[in-house]
Amino acid sequence: MEIVGQLQKQYVDFINSLFREGYLDDQYVQLQKLQDDSNPEFVVEVVSIFFEDSEKLLNDLASSIQQQVVDFKKVDGYVHQFKGSSSSVGAQRVKNACVAFRNFCEEKNLDGCSRFLNLVKQEFYLVKNKLETLLRLEQQILQAGGTVPLIE
Amino acid sequence: MGMTTADSQFHVLAVDDSLIDRKLIERLLKTSSYQVTTVDSGSKALEFLGLNENNRNTPNETSVSPEIHQEVEVNLVITDYCMPGMTGYDLLKKIKESSSLKNIPVVIMSSENIPSRISRCMEEGAEEFFLKPVRLSDVNKLKPHLMRTKCCKNIQNQENQENNQSPEIQLQTAQSNNNNKRKAMDEGISPDRTRPRYNGFTLVSN
Repeated sequence: MEIVGQLQKQYVDFINSLFREGYLDDQYVQLQKLQDDSNPEFVVEVVSIFFEDSEKLLNDLASSIQQQVVDFKKVDGYVHQFKGSSSSVGAQRVKNACVAFRNFCEEKNLDGCSRFLNLVKQEFYLVKNKLETLLRLEQQILQAGGTVPLIE
Repeated sequence: MGMTTADSQFHVLAVDDSLIDRKLIERLLKTSSYQVTTVDSGSKALEFLGLNENNRNTPNETSVSPEIHQEVEVNLVITDYCMPGMTGYDLLKKIKESSSLKNIPVVIMSSENIPSRISRCMEEGAEEFFLKPVRLSDVNKLKPHLMRTKCCKNIQNQENQENNQSPEIQLQTAQSNNNNKRKAMDEGISPDRTRPRYNGFTLVSN
Protein backbone atom coordinates (compact mmCIF):
# COMPACT_ATOMS: atom_id res chain seq x y z
CA MET A 1 0.00 0.00 0.00
CA GLU A 2 3.08 2.23 -0.14
CA ILE A 3 2.31 3.22 -3.71
CA VAL A 4 -1.27 4.06 -2.87
CA GLY A 5 -0.17 6.23 0.03
CA GLN A 6 2.25 8.14 -2.17
CA LEU A 7 -0.28 8.63 -4.90
CA GLN A 8 -2.89 9.79 -2.44
CA LYS A 9 -0.51 12.33 -0.97
CA GLN A 10 0.36 13.57 -4.42
CA TYR A 11 -3.32 13.88 -5.18
CA VAL A 12 -4.15 15.76 -1.99
CA ASP A 13 -1.25 18.17 -2.45
CA PHE A 14 -2.17 18.79 -6.04
CA ILE A 15 -5.87 19.36 -5.56
CA ASN A 16 -5.22 21.61 -2.58
CA SER A 17 -2.93 23.72 -4.70
CA LEU A 18 -5.66 24.01 -7.32
CA PHE A 19 -8.07 25.31 -4.68
CA ARG A 20 -5.46 27.61 -3.25
CA GLU A 21 -4.58 29.09 -6.61
CA GLY A 22 -8.22 29.50 -7.52
CA TYR A 23 -8.29 27.13 -10.48
CA LEU A 24 -11.04 25.14 -8.84
CA ASP A 25 -13.64 26.10 -6.29
CA ASP A 26 -16.03 24.27 -4.05
CA GLN A 27 -18.33 23.32 -6.93
CA TYR A 28 -15.74 20.74 -7.98
CA VAL A 29 -16.06 19.14 -4.55
CA GLN A 30 -19.84 19.12 -5.02
CA LEU A 31 -19.34 17.18 -8.25
CA GLN A 32 -17.17 14.65 -6.48
CA LYS A 33 -19.81 14.21 -3.81
CA LEU A 34 -22.34 13.32 -6.47
CA GLN A 35 -20.14 10.50 -7.69
CA ASP A 36 -20.68 7.12 -6.11
CA ASP A 37 -20.54 3.43 -6.90
CA SER A 38 -23.69 3.65 -8.99
CA ASN A 39 -22.19 6.55 -10.97
CA PRO A 40 -18.42 6.05 -10.76
CA GLU A 41 -17.71 8.11 -13.86
CA PHE A 42 -19.81 11.14 -13.09
CA VAL A 43 -17.00 13.65 -12.69
CA VAL A 44 -15.16 12.43 -15.77
CA GLU A 45 -18.38 12.66 -17.78
CA VAL A 46 -19.18 16.18 -16.70
CA VAL A 47 -15.61 17.38 -17.16
CA SER A 48 -15.49 15.81 -20.63
CA ILE A 49 -18.65 17.59 -21.64
CA PHE A 50 -17.14 20.79 -20.29
CA PHE A 51 -14.02 20.33 -22.42
CA GLU A 52 -16.02 19.67 -25.56
CA ASP A 53 -18.51 22.46 -24.99
CA SER A 54 -15.75 24.93 -24.25
CA GLU A 55 -13.79 24.18 -27.42
CA LYS A 56 -16.92 24.85 -29.40
CA LEU A 57 -17.69 28.03 -27.50
CA LEU A 58 -14.16 29.32 -28.00
CA ASN A 59 -14.50 28.75 -31.74
CA ASP A 60 -17.86 30.48 -31.81
CA LEU A 61 -16.44 33.37 -29.82
CA ALA A 62 -13.45 33.72 -32.11
CA SER A 63 -15.57 33.83 -35.25
CA SER A 64 -18.16 36.19 -33.76
CA ILE A 65 -15.43 38.66 -32.80
CA GLN A 66 -13.86 38.46 -36.22
CA GLN A 67 -17.01 39.55 -38.03
CA GLN A 68 -17.04 42.80 -40.02
CA VAL A 69 -19.82 44.02 -37.81
CA VAL A 70 -19.58 42.46 -34.39
CA ASP A 71 -22.84 41.44 -32.79
CA PHE A 72 -22.00 42.10 -29.14
CA LYS A 73 -25.23 40.55 -27.92
CA LYS A 74 -24.28 37.33 -29.61
CA VAL A 75 -20.79 37.47 -28.16
CA ASP A 76 -22.25 38.11 -24.74
CA GLY A 77 -24.55 35.14 -25.19
CA TYR A 78 -21.60 32.84 -25.75
CA VAL A 79 -19.71 34.27 -22.80
CA HIS A 80 -22.79 33.84 -20.63
CA GLN A 81 -22.90 30.17 -21.62
CA PHE A 82 -19.23 29.75 -20.92
CA LYS A 83 -19.60 31.44 -17.57
CA GLY A 84 -22.41 29.04 -16.73
CA SER A 85 -20.63 25.88 -17.70
CA SER A 86 -17.36 26.83 -16.02
CA SER A 87 -19.27 27.75 -12.89
CA SER A 88 -21.04 24.38 -12.94
CA VAL A 89 -17.79 22.43 -12.94
CA GLY A 90 -15.99 24.67 -10.49
CA ALA A 91 -13.53 26.21 -12.97
CA GLN A 92 -13.30 29.43 -11.01
CA ARG A 93 -10.66 31.34 -12.94
CA VAL A 94 -12.41 30.68 -16.23
CA LYS A 95 -15.67 31.85 -14.70
CA ASN A 96 -14.11 35.03 -13.36
CA ALA A 97 -12.54 35.79 -16.72
CA CYS A 98 -15.97 35.38 -18.30
CA VAL A 99 -17.53 37.80 -15.84
CA ALA A 100 -14.98 40.45 -16.78
CA PHE A 101 -15.38 39.63 -20.46
CA ARG A 102 -19.10 40.36 -20.25
CA ASN A 103 -18.41 43.88 -19.11
CA PHE A 104 -16.59 44.55 -22.37
CA CYS A 105 -19.50 43.08 -24.28
CA GLU A 106 -21.85 45.45 -22.55
CA GLU A 107 -19.58 48.37 -23.37
CA LYS A 108 -19.28 47.12 -26.95
CA ASN A 109 -15.56 47.37 -26.49
CA LEU A 110 -14.04 45.27 -29.26
CA ASP A 111 -10.49 45.60 -28.07
CA GLY A 112 -11.45 44.55 -24.57
CA CYS A 113 -13.42 41.63 -25.93
CA SER A 114 -10.49 40.53 -28.00
CA ARG A 115 -8.13 40.65 -25.06
CA PHE A 116 -10.49 38.85 -22.77
CA LEU A 117 -11.21 36.16 -25.28
CA ASN A 118 -7.52 35.42 -25.19
CA LEU A 119 -7.55 35.44 -21.42
CA VAL A 120 -10.54 33.12 -21.20
CA LYS A 121 -8.90 30.80 -23.70
CA GLN A 122 -5.71 30.80 -21.68
CA GLU A 123 -7.47 30.09 -18.42
CA PHE A 124 -9.48 27.33 -20.02
CA TYR A 125 -6.43 25.50 -21.33
CA LEU A 126 -4.71 25.90 -18.00
CA VAL A 127 -7.58 24.39 -16.04
CA LYS A 128 -8.04 21.70 -18.67
CA ASN A 129 -4.47 20.68 -18.17
CA LYS A 130 -4.82 20.68 -14.39
CA LEU A 131 -8.03 18.67 -14.50
CA GLU A 132 -6.52 16.09 -16.82
CA THR A 133 -3.64 15.68 -14.43
CA LEU A 134 -6.00 15.42 -11.49
CA LEU A 135 -8.20 12.84 -13.12
CA ARG A 136 -5.16 10.86 -14.21
CA LEU A 137 -3.95 10.77 -10.60
CA GLU A 138 -7.37 9.53 -9.51
CA GLN A 139 -7.19 6.74 -12.07
CA GLN A 140 -3.76 5.74 -10.85
CA ILE A 141 -4.96 5.58 -7.25
CA LEU A 142 -7.92 3.44 -8.21
CA GLN A 143 -5.81 1.16 -10.32
CA ALA A 144 -3.40 0.71 -7.44
CA GLY A 145 -6.36 -0.44 -5.37
CA GLY A 146 -6.81 2.69 -3.30
CA THR A 147 -9.62 5.17 -2.83
CA VAL A 148 -9.54 8.81 -3.83
CA PRO A 149 -9.45 11.11 -0.80
CA LEU A 150 -12.32 13.58 -0.65
CA ILE A 151 -11.23 17.07 0.21
CA GLU A 152 -13.75 19.21 2.05
CA MET B 1 -39.15 6.43 -19.39
CA GLY B 2 -42.14 4.20 -18.98
CA MET B 3 -44.68 4.30 -16.27
CA THR B 4 -43.96 3.87 -12.65
CA THR B 5 -46.37 3.43 -9.84
CA ALA B 6 -46.95 7.08 -9.16
CA ASP B 7 -47.31 6.55 -5.44
CA SER B 8 -43.82 5.33 -4.85
CA GLN B 9 -41.71 7.93 -6.61
CA PHE B 10 -41.88 11.59 -7.39
CA HIS B 11 -41.25 12.52 -10.97
CA VAL B 12 -39.41 15.74 -11.71
CA LEU B 13 -39.15 17.37 -15.11
CA ALA B 14 -35.91 19.35 -15.45
CA VAL B 15 -35.54 21.95 -18.17
CA ASP B 16 -32.19 23.46 -19.17
CA ASP B 17 -30.54 24.27 -22.46
CA SER B 18 -27.08 23.52 -21.05
CA LEU B 19 -26.04 19.89 -21.28
CA ILE B 20 -23.73 20.18 -18.30
CA ASP B 21 -26.45 21.65 -16.15
CA ARG B 22 -28.90 18.98 -17.28
CA LYS B 23 -26.42 16.30 -16.24
CA LEU B 24 -25.89 18.02 -12.94
CA ILE B 25 -29.53 18.52 -12.04
CA GLU B 26 -30.34 15.00 -13.14
CA ARG B 27 -27.69 13.59 -10.84
CA LEU B 28 -28.77 15.82 -7.96
CA LEU B 29 -32.37 14.74 -8.34
CA LYS B 30 -31.58 11.05 -8.76
CA THR B 31 -29.37 11.17 -5.68
CA SER B 32 -32.49 12.33 -3.85
CA SER B 33 -34.37 9.34 -5.26
CA TYR B 34 -36.56 11.23 -7.68
CA GLN B 35 -37.45 9.95 -11.08
CA VAL B 36 -36.11 12.46 -13.59
CA THR B 37 -36.84 13.51 -17.14
CA THR B 38 -34.67 16.20 -18.69
CA VAL B 39 -35.48 18.33 -21.72
CA ASP B 40 -33.51 21.12 -23.32
CA SER B 41 -36.23 23.67 -23.98
CA GLY B 42 -39.45 25.16 -22.67
CA SER B 43 -41.41 24.03 -25.69
CA LYS B 44 -40.26 20.45 -25.23
CA ALA B 45 -41.24 20.72 -21.59
CA LEU B 46 -44.76 21.78 -22.56
CA GLU B 47 -44.95 18.93 -25.04
CA PHE B 48 -43.92 16.49 -22.36
CA LEU B 49 -46.52 17.91 -20.02
CA GLY B 50 -49.15 17.26 -22.65
CA LEU B 51 -49.71 20.87 -23.56
CA ASN B 52 -49.29 22.45 -26.95
CA GLU B 53 -48.42 26.12 -27.40
CA ASN B 54 -52.06 27.18 -27.20
CA ASN B 55 -52.44 26.01 -23.65
CA ARG B 56 -54.95 23.36 -24.56
CA ASN B 57 -54.78 19.87 -23.25
CA THR B 58 -53.52 17.73 -26.08
CA PRO B 59 -55.70 14.68 -25.47
CA ASN B 60 -58.72 16.73 -26.51
CA GLU B 61 -57.13 18.27 -29.55
CA THR B 62 -56.54 16.51 -32.82
CA SER B 63 -54.94 18.62 -35.51
CA VAL B 64 -51.99 20.35 -33.95
CA SER B 65 -51.30 18.25 -30.92
CA PRO B 66 -48.07 16.30 -30.75
CA GLU B 67 -48.03 12.53 -30.73
CA ILE B 68 -47.03 12.40 -27.11
CA HIS B 69 -49.95 11.92 -24.80
CA GLN B 70 -48.57 12.32 -21.37
CA GLU B 71 -49.29 9.27 -19.27
CA VAL B 72 -46.58 9.83 -16.72
CA GLU B 73 -47.43 12.23 -13.98
CA VAL B 74 -45.04 15.12 -13.36
CA ASN B 75 -44.87 16.24 -9.77
CA LEU B 76 -42.54 19.17 -10.13
CA VAL B 77 -40.91 21.22 -12.86
CA ILE B 78 -37.47 22.71 -12.31
CA THR B 79 -36.33 25.05 -15.03
CA ASP B 80 -33.45 27.30 -15.96
CA TYR B 81 -34.42 30.94 -16.37
CA CYS B 82 -32.20 31.95 -19.29
CA MET B 83 -32.99 29.83 -22.29
CA PRO B 84 -33.24 30.73 -25.97
CA GLY B 85 -36.79 30.94 -27.27
CA MET B 86 -39.02 30.30 -24.32
CA THR B 87 -37.46 31.45 -21.06
CA GLY B 88 -38.04 29.71 -17.76
CA TYR B 89 -40.29 32.57 -16.83
CA ASP B 90 -42.39 32.08 -19.98
CA LEU B 91 -42.64 28.39 -19.18
CA LEU B 92 -43.68 29.15 -15.61
CA LYS B 93 -46.42 31.45 -16.89
CA LYS B 94 -47.75 28.91 -19.35
CA ILE B 95 -47.88 26.25 -16.68
CA LYS B 96 -49.68 28.49 -14.21
CA GLU B 97 -52.14 29.61 -16.89
CA SER B 98 -53.07 26.05 -17.71
CA SER B 99 -56.02 24.65 -15.83
CA SER B 100 -54.58 21.17 -16.01
CA LEU B 101 -51.04 22.06 -15.01
CA LYS B 102 -51.33 25.01 -12.65
CA ASN B 103 -50.98 22.85 -9.57
CA ILE B 104 -47.60 21.54 -10.55
CA PRO B 105 -44.96 23.28 -8.44
CA VAL B 106 -42.36 25.11 -10.51
CA VAL B 107 -38.86 25.98 -9.39
CA ILE B 108 -36.61 28.42 -11.24
CA MET B 109 -32.82 28.20 -11.48
CA SER B 110 -30.62 31.06 -12.54
CA SER B 111 -26.93 31.87 -12.65
CA GLU B 112 -27.72 35.51 -12.02
CA ASN B 113 -28.80 36.98 -8.73
CA ILE B 114 -31.19 39.68 -9.88
CA PRO B 115 -33.74 40.61 -7.20
CA SER B 116 -36.35 41.91 -9.64
CA ARG B 117 -36.08 38.69 -11.60
CA ILE B 118 -36.52 36.65 -8.46
CA SER B 119 -39.57 38.54 -7.26
CA ARG B 120 -41.14 38.43 -10.71
CA CYS B 121 -40.85 34.66 -10.70
CA MET B 122 -42.17 34.29 -7.18
CA GLU B 123 -45.12 36.52 -8.01
CA GLU B 124 -45.90 34.40 -11.01
CA GLY B 125 -46.13 31.38 -8.74
CA ALA B 126 -42.68 29.84 -8.57
CA GLU B 127 -42.14 27.88 -5.39
CA GLU B 128 -38.43 28.44 -5.12
CA PHE B 129 -35.65 30.27 -6.90
CA PHE B 130 -32.26 28.56 -6.87
CA LEU B 131 -29.01 30.25 -7.75
CA LYS B 132 -26.71 28.18 -9.89
CA PRO B 133 -24.77 26.08 -9.45
CA VAL B 134 -27.53 24.17 -7.73
CA ARG B 135 -26.52 22.03 -4.80
CA LEU B 136 -27.87 19.11 -2.85
CA SER B 137 -29.02 21.48 -0.09
CA ASP B 138 -31.23 23.24 -2.65
CA VAL B 139 -32.70 19.98 -3.92
CA ASN B 140 -33.54 19.06 -0.33
CA LYS B 141 -35.90 22.03 -0.30
CA LEU B 142 -38.09 20.44 -2.95
CA LYS B 143 -39.56 17.72 -0.77
CA PRO B 144 -42.25 19.77 1.01
CA HIS B 145 -43.55 21.13 -2.30
CA LEU B 146 -43.77 17.64 -3.71
CA MET B 147 -45.44 16.22 -0.63
CA ARG B 148 -48.09 18.91 -0.61
CA THR B 149 -49.22 18.52 -4.17
CA LYS B 150 -49.06 14.76 -4.20
CA CYS B 151 -51.90 14.42 -1.76
CA CYS B 152 -54.03 17.09 -3.42
CA LYS B 153 -53.43 15.68 -6.88
CA ASN B 154 -54.92 12.32 -6.01
CA ILE B 155 -58.16 13.97 -5.01
CA GLN B 156 -58.19 16.41 -7.91
CA ASN B 157 -57.84 13.52 -10.36
CA GLN B 158 -61.03 12.02 -9.00
CA GLU B 159 -62.86 15.30 -9.37
CA ASN B 160 -61.63 15.84 -12.91
CA GLN B 161 -63.16 12.56 -13.88
CA GLU B 162 -66.50 13.65 -12.45
CA ASN B 163 -67.13 16.80 -14.41
CA ASN B 164 -64.80 18.74 -16.66
CA GLN B 165 -67.01 21.47 -18.04
CA SER B 166 -69.02 22.72 -15.15
CA PRO B 167 -70.43 26.20 -15.63
CA GLU B 168 -70.01 26.79 -11.94
CA ILE B 169 -66.64 27.96 -10.92
CA GLN B 170 -65.37 26.99 -7.53
CA LEU B 171 -61.99 27.31 -5.94
CA GLN B 172 -60.92 24.20 -4.16
CA THR B 173 -59.66 24.66 -0.66
CA ALA B 174 -56.74 22.44 -1.57
CA GLN B 175 -55.39 25.50 -3.26
CA SER B 176 -55.52 27.57 -0.13
CA ASN B 177 -52.05 26.45 0.91
CA ASN B 178 -50.71 27.30 -2.51
CA ASN B 179 -52.40 30.70 -2.47
CA ASN B 180 -50.17 31.81 0.35
CA LYS B 181 -47.27 31.79 -2.03
CA ARG B 182 -49.03 32.91 -5.16
CA LYS B 183 -49.94 36.46 -4.42
CA ALA B 184 -51.82 37.52 -7.51
CA MET B 185 -52.71 34.21 -9.02
CA ASP B 186 -55.84 32.55 -7.82
CA GLU B 187 -57.47 35.47 -6.13
CA GLY B 188 -59.71 36.41 -9.01
CA ILE B 189 -61.88 33.88 -10.76
CA SER B 190 -61.28 33.85 -14.46
CA PRO B 191 -63.92 32.53 -16.80
CA ASP B 192 -61.22 30.65 -18.71
CA ARG B 193 -60.39 28.55 -15.75
CA THR B 194 -63.33 26.37 -15.11
CA ARG B 195 -62.82 23.99 -12.31
CA PRO B 196 -64.60 20.80 -11.56
CA ARG B 197 -67.60 21.13 -9.34
CA TYR B 198 -66.74 20.65 -5.75
CA ASN B 199 -68.61 17.54 -4.71
CA GLY B 200 -68.11 17.91 -1.05
CA PHE B 201 -64.99 15.82 -0.71
CA THR B 202 -63.23 16.55 2.46
CA LEU B 203 -59.76 17.60 1.54
CA VAL B 204 -56.97 16.89 3.89
CA SER B 205 -54.06 19.11 2.97
CA ASN B 206 -50.75 19.46 4.73
